[in-house]
Amino acid sequence: MPGLAIKVENLAKTFGDVVAVDALNFDVRVGEIAGLLGGNGAGKTTTISMILGLLIPTSGSLKVLGTDMLRHRYRVLPRINFSSPYVDLPKRLTSRENLMVYSKLYGIPDPARRLAALADDLDIDALLDRPFGELSSGQKTRVSLAKSLLNEPDLLLLDEPTASLDPDTADWIRTYLKTYQQQHGATILLASHNMAEVERLCDDVLMMKQGKVVDRDSPAGLLTKYGRANLEDVFLDIARGRNSEQTTEGVS
Amino acid sequence: MPESVTNNRRNGYYFSSRRVGAMVLRYFYLLRGSIPRIVELAYWPTMQMMIWGFMSQFLAQHSEWFMQAGGILIAAVLLWDVMFRSNIGVSISFLEEMWSRNLGQLFASPLRPYEWAASLLAISAIRTLIGVVPAALLAIPLYHYSIFEMGLPLIAFFVNLLVFGAAVGLAVSGLVLRCGLGAESLAWAVIFAVAPLSGIYYPISTLPDWLQPVAYSLPSAHVFEGMRAAAIDGLFLQDRFVWAVSLNVVYLALGLGVFLLAFRGARHRGQLLQMGE
Repeated sequence: MPGLAIKVENLAKTFGDVVAVDALNFDVRVGEIAGLLGGNGAGKTTTISMILGLLIPTSGSLKVLGTDMLRHRYRVLPRINFSSPYVDLPKRLTSRENLMVYSKLYGIPDPARRLAALADDLDIDALLDRPFGELSSGQKTRVSLAKSLLNEPDLLLLDEPTASLDPDTADWIRTYLKTYQQQHGATILLASHNMAEVERLCDDVLMMKQGKVVDRDSPAGLLTKYGRANLEDVFLDIARGRNSEQTTEGVS
Repeated sequence: MPESVTNNRRNGYYFSSRRVGAMVLRYFYLLRGSIPRIVELAYWPTMQMMIWGFMSQFLAQHSEWFMQAGGILIAAVLLWDVMFRSNIGVSISFLEEMWSRNLGQLFASPLRPYEWAASLLAISAIRTLIGVVPAALLAIPLYHYSIFEMGLPLIAFFVNLLVFGAAVGLAVSGLVLRCGLGAESLAWAVIFAVAPLSGIYYPISTLPDWLQPVAYSLPSAHVFEGMRAAAIDGLFLQDRFVWAVSLNVVYLALGLGVFLLAFRGARHRGQLLQMGE
């Protein structure tokens, strides 16, 4: 039985009087794609920031790939990576320069070769020598994704991985991520508002509201539980405070 | 040796020159990508040197002291620029990460904050050399003054001012990290508060008695006193040098401390992902 890639126990984060994450408990198994769903302010980005070590929790414990992230995060950071359309790469550097710098930060043995392979995989060859700031948002997303795969991470954290992408490219990226996960046995935790994406990619879905996981199941399990035809309706049920018992009663 | 310790060392757990090199490369790419930026680095020190060079010529014609101390103002302005450029080299490189909203990406990687600080010091030294050396070379044909004639003491002055400027730059960067980009003007302003007390163009004895101990608590005051002794009397004042080095150790530790403390505070407040233009 595979171990746990992420184990979160009683994790909390407050900013003054604001409770961003409230006694959060969940785990993600190795080799799984888990989706973190929730409305704006549900605590998804705060949770991902704490898993990455960018944010120090107020209380609780957090293990990533078996390592206590709060005490030994530098042991595990070389094995994880992330991508978010809301966190840029330096705009004045070309994509190649950006990827070269991050290759060296992650200690990639042959950066040029790794870059060439990723450029080929993600079809960003023509973008490599253009300044990152001059790329369209869709192109930036692809280059950022290349950065997040430089170190072939065991754990990949993705915030809105297909935001700003046209449907064709988004679909292609989803296929690529699924293939990457299968080939490397990697774990992926993604936060997304795209329900179709979550339904297609995720083995497990964690529904967040007001800093807590309020429900959790496979996409199919959630659909059955709430008696809905798609995850968007499940999302709306949860966002509007209707629990699974109320909705299934309504359906029957 | 326990396996975990050797693994940590192999992975550069404590300090990795490779990661420092990666960050220096990042700033080098930035510099290389813009000719105006490179020109600007040398432009201001050169203009300063020219103004003070002509001023020196004028004063030398009307003052015996200045005639004997030929070039002292040029040496002063060049060394002041070492301190100023070093300070601003750290601050601007730091601000680049905030302007480009890159802090989240950087610190989700294995980069340690003190490695980042080391890279800021390294790139600051490179930027300072690019800025000041052309001005120093130009002074030779223009004013028949070569600061390089000071010899080895020049290296001592240069390194001390470089370190002091960078220490102030680290502390200021920490303050900007704490207060946000609204405080970015501190990056340019703070070093000027040190200038009047450093005795760049005049001896510290010119200052009021009560202010002199304050001035001597700065490494720069010892350096400029030493510079005058070297330029006028051809002496290297060892006690000034020892004071400057000792104070620099303290200021560098303080600057690094403020920087690391601010960084930890930013991790508590969630600023690493949020800060940007």
